Amino acid sequence: MFERKIKIVGVHTISVKVIEAENLTKYYGDFLAVDHISFSVKKGEIFGFLGPNGAGKTTTIRMLTGILKPSEGKIRMFGMEAEKNMLVLKERMGIVPEMANPYIDLTAMQNLMLIGRLYEMPKGKIRERGEELLHLFGLYEKRDKKVRSFSKGLKQRLSLAMALLPDPELLFLDEPTSGLDVMSARLIKRIIREENKKGKTIFMSTHNMNDANELCNRIAIINHGKIVAIDTPEKLKKIGEEHTVIELSLDPFKFDKNVTRNVDRIDVLGDKIKIYTKDVDDAIKSIVEYAKKENLRIISLTTEKPSLEDVFVYLVGDRNE
Amino acid sequence: MSSLIHQVKRSFAIVKKDMLIFYLKGPVVIMGLLFPFFMFGAFLIGRNLSHAYLFVALISMTAFFTSTAVGPTIIPWEARSKTFERLISSPISITTVLFGDMQASFYFGVIITSLISLVAIFLNISLNFLIFIPAVLLSLVTFSAMTILMSSYPPTDVPADVMMLTSLVKFTLLFISGIFIPLENLPWYARTISAISPLTYLVDALRYSTNIQGYFPLWVDFLALLIFSLIFFFAGVAIHKKVLERRFT
Repeated sequence: MFERKIKIVGVHTISVKVIEAENLTKYYGDFLAVDHISFSVKKGEIFGFLGPNGAGKTTTIRMLTGILKPSEGKIRMFGMEAEKNMLVLKERMGIVPEMANPYIDLTAMQNLMLIGRLYEMPKGKIRERGEELLHLFGLYEKRDKKVRSFSKGLKQRLSLAMALLPDPELLFLDEPTSGLDVMSARLIKRIIREENKKGKTIFMSTHNMNDANELCNRIAIINHGKIVAIDTPEKLKKIGEEHTVIELSLDPFKFDKNVTRNVDRIDVLGDKIKIYTKDVDDAIKSIVEYAKKENLRIISLTTEKPSLEDVFVYLVGDRNE
Repeated sequence: MSSLIHQVKRSFAIVKKDMLIFYLKGPVVIMGLLFPFFMFGAFLIGRNLSHAYLFVALISMTAFFTSTAVGPTIIPWEARSKTFERLISSPISITTVLFGDMQASFYFGVIITSLISLVAIFLNISLNFLIFIPAVLLSLVTFSAMTILMSSYPPTDVPADVMMLTSLVKFTLLFISGIFIPLENLPWYARTISAISPLTYLVDALRYSTNIQGYFPLWVDFLALLIFSLIFFFAGVAIHKKVLERRFT
């Protein structure tokens, strides 16, 4: 007998667009919350929506998930117009809304059963998939406990388990690790990666740079309702490439912002000073001159290329102030 | 059509959730069973009325108060505890959510009113079940639909705000619906006002079921309850849809 071996030599990724938002706009009365934004999310991508509080992240997710109607613009998902097909589209989505809680007067399993019934899953399938997810999220032992007794981290794990129950193709996560303990945040990030590897497309909003950097294939940075940059994390970091960040600590702590030359931005963070400059040589010389003149001891002085957070601050920070 | 059937099926998940969270709790059931008796006691003291009159008053109050007890506060409660957004993120329409909430009010009303109706045995009342059962069931639909309208505005996330407003409406309706004073003994303007209360038509239909002469023809009572049900539910749904955004801003 011949044994036929099939060797997979490559995987073709067809760039099918799962989400297409065009000119998406939302007004709350006179307030412009989302300002004519356009973007698309490809199948199998983890797409991050990064922005400070009040930037328009949650409003955008609520428009994409049919909770809010856009004031202007169009959304297409899976090639269908969202406004006309939202109920059909929701069957293919799992959603973890921002601050949305499971029902605290129901047990973990009852919460899963509720979601399963809302997706019209067969009872046996809900139980089987529910138990699998409870194991995955470390909640199996607590399956019959009321959610009232759960910590924030456990509630968020259950929330994600509820979103994953119908095995959706598209997952919307609004600040999935916000305010969580380290272990819960790590577990959730691991599961997000695993679900993405299984082929799920993930749209997540966050204001956590590390999460965005670690998880996302592409990131859109939104501020005051407008997308200010959209690219891969590494390419976004290049936006600030011509800058160097100098981190400085002086003893006694004292610093006159006007003495440094060739500086674009100075942030005082606790007992450290962060200086963004395009001319690192001149900036350091001016710092050393200042320290000598004022008789200050330089405790530490390091230079590094901007992180994603630095780029974010560069793109968003000034405008926020 | 098939989409409608799916939505109706999914509304049962909302019913079960409401029953587990809001209705089938010791204090709520006890309140549902005892409150009509307190109201009934207040009504009874110092009056010399026939058993049939007393029974009509008791069942009217039971059906009215139990089916409107919790319903108006469900959506504000869900908005406050941040579960509402998750619910409407599911593949169900807002109409399905409200239809589920309405059914839960209805089933709770059916359970409690059925239990209280057993009083008929002790009062030795001969009931025409062909009138009594449809009248009670239809009125429970009407009052349950009323809770959808009651919870629609203002779009608050404070259940106490809704409770205050609904209590005001409920007690006003109680006094103008011919429970305490029969319609025929009311002045013309009071009779006109009582015609806008759905409770009036339940009281009137229940009189027929206990062999007391009603004020309106029986078919008017049934038709009025049906029309009120439709108006309450569809107006409630329309307002809920209109103010939905305000629950998130």
